[in-house]
Amino acid sequence: MTEQQWPLWEVFIRSKQGLDHKHAGSIHAADTAMAIENARDVYTRRMEGVSIWVVESKYIHASNPDEASSLYDPANDKIYRHPTFYDLPDELKHM
Amino acid sequence: MSLPGSENMEHTFQEKVDQDIRIEPKDWMPDVYRKTLIRQISQHAHSEIVGMLPEANWITRAPSLKRKATLIAKVQDEAGHGLYLYSAAETLGISREEMVDQLLSGKAKYSSIFNYPTITWADMGAIGWLVDGAAIMNQVPLCRASYGPYARAMVRICKEESFHQRQGFEILLVLSKGSDAQRRMCQDAIDRWWWPSVMMFGPNDESSPHTAQSMRWKIKRFSNDDLRQRFVDVCAEQVKLLGMRLPDDQLKWNEERQHYDFGPIDWEEFRQVINGNGPCNKERLAARVQAHDDGAWVREAAMAHAEKRRQQQQRVA
Repeated sequence: MTEQQWPLWEVFIRSKQGLDHKHAGSIHAADTAMAIENARDVYTRRMEGVSIWVVESKYIHASNPDEASSLYDPANDKIYRHPTFYDLPDELKHM
Repeated sequence: MSLPGSENMEHTFQEKVDQDIRIEPKDWMPDVYRKTLIRQISQHAHSEIVGMLPEANWITRAPSLKRKATLIAKVQDEAGHGLYLYSAAETLGISREEMVDQLLSGKAKYSSIFNYPTITWADMGAIGWLVDGAAIMNQVPLCRASYGPYARAMVRICKEESFHQRQGFEILLVLSKGSDAQRRMCQDAIDRWWWPSVMMFGPNDESSPHTAQSMRWKIKRFSNDDLRQRFVDVCAEQVKLLGMRLPDDQLKWNEERQHYDFGPIDWEEFRQVINGNGPCNKERLAARVQAHDDGAWVREAAMAHAEKRRQQQQRVA
């Protein structure tokens, strides 16, 4: 009999209050509760986290690196979105 | 200059690697790069998993509660390291199931060092100091490997390995200050683990045909012999603190080279152990197969439970 495999989950960890959750890696688990416990055992054995997110890997949709140039093209020619684009006198303070 | 399709891709790929731009899972990569990485990362993962066995032998026999707690934590780390690495390899398109099959069927290799027996408590010290020491020497440069998920896993692993090596040296240090019998036990463990540890760096550079390509791809940052020399230099000094000796009559500081010279390695032994004829090869694999088989009902039950919960929730909704 072929065994049914536990699905793959991506793990995101908030290392301390005030910081974003950050991708840590992946684990296998049968359900969400087990995914969180496995993520705790694998990725936070030394208090590396105060909060864990898990999401089944199949629900992650990623941009295609081959299309990066066209995907980011709209932002590519808009240097006026940056503060340094504007020419102001040195005497101007608090800005 | 315009190059045809795949050659062009390979050229762009190598340029990224040269500039230390990390390669990420969805980026284009040469097939051989992918295959080599899958083999390298999964072998490392298998080594972590099999590496739990020689130490598990001493968890129930540890001389104190402190040592027992430490040993359990170390073995848990090794399970964790295996899982970080399996997870990195999975991003290259191989499934966990396939890697586990390769290990259990004997098709995949793992570090030959774990095919040696752990016959005294001092072996826990020697493994921490020498085996983990050699592993760290190998692994630190891989924190800068060109493949992102691999490099990130290695950073995590190296942070945790440091405790493994230090607790090992401490075990030996305590023994080295103990009774005559304890000192003999300490020296005996060093005698047995030294050469297998020196072999952990793999064949000599001239017998390691893939090194050049792997170094170009930055999935290997130093040659086997360079790392081995570094390891010998470090250990030859550290052993003095234990008041013990390394079992090599030819070990001698070479002023001109600014390195220690050391004796010839028994490559026949290395070949034998790699090819399945070490003292514990069969036992190690059998233990893994049994653990996998014994765990089958747990894996199935967990899936069945998850499925039942899903159906219950659907009914409520």
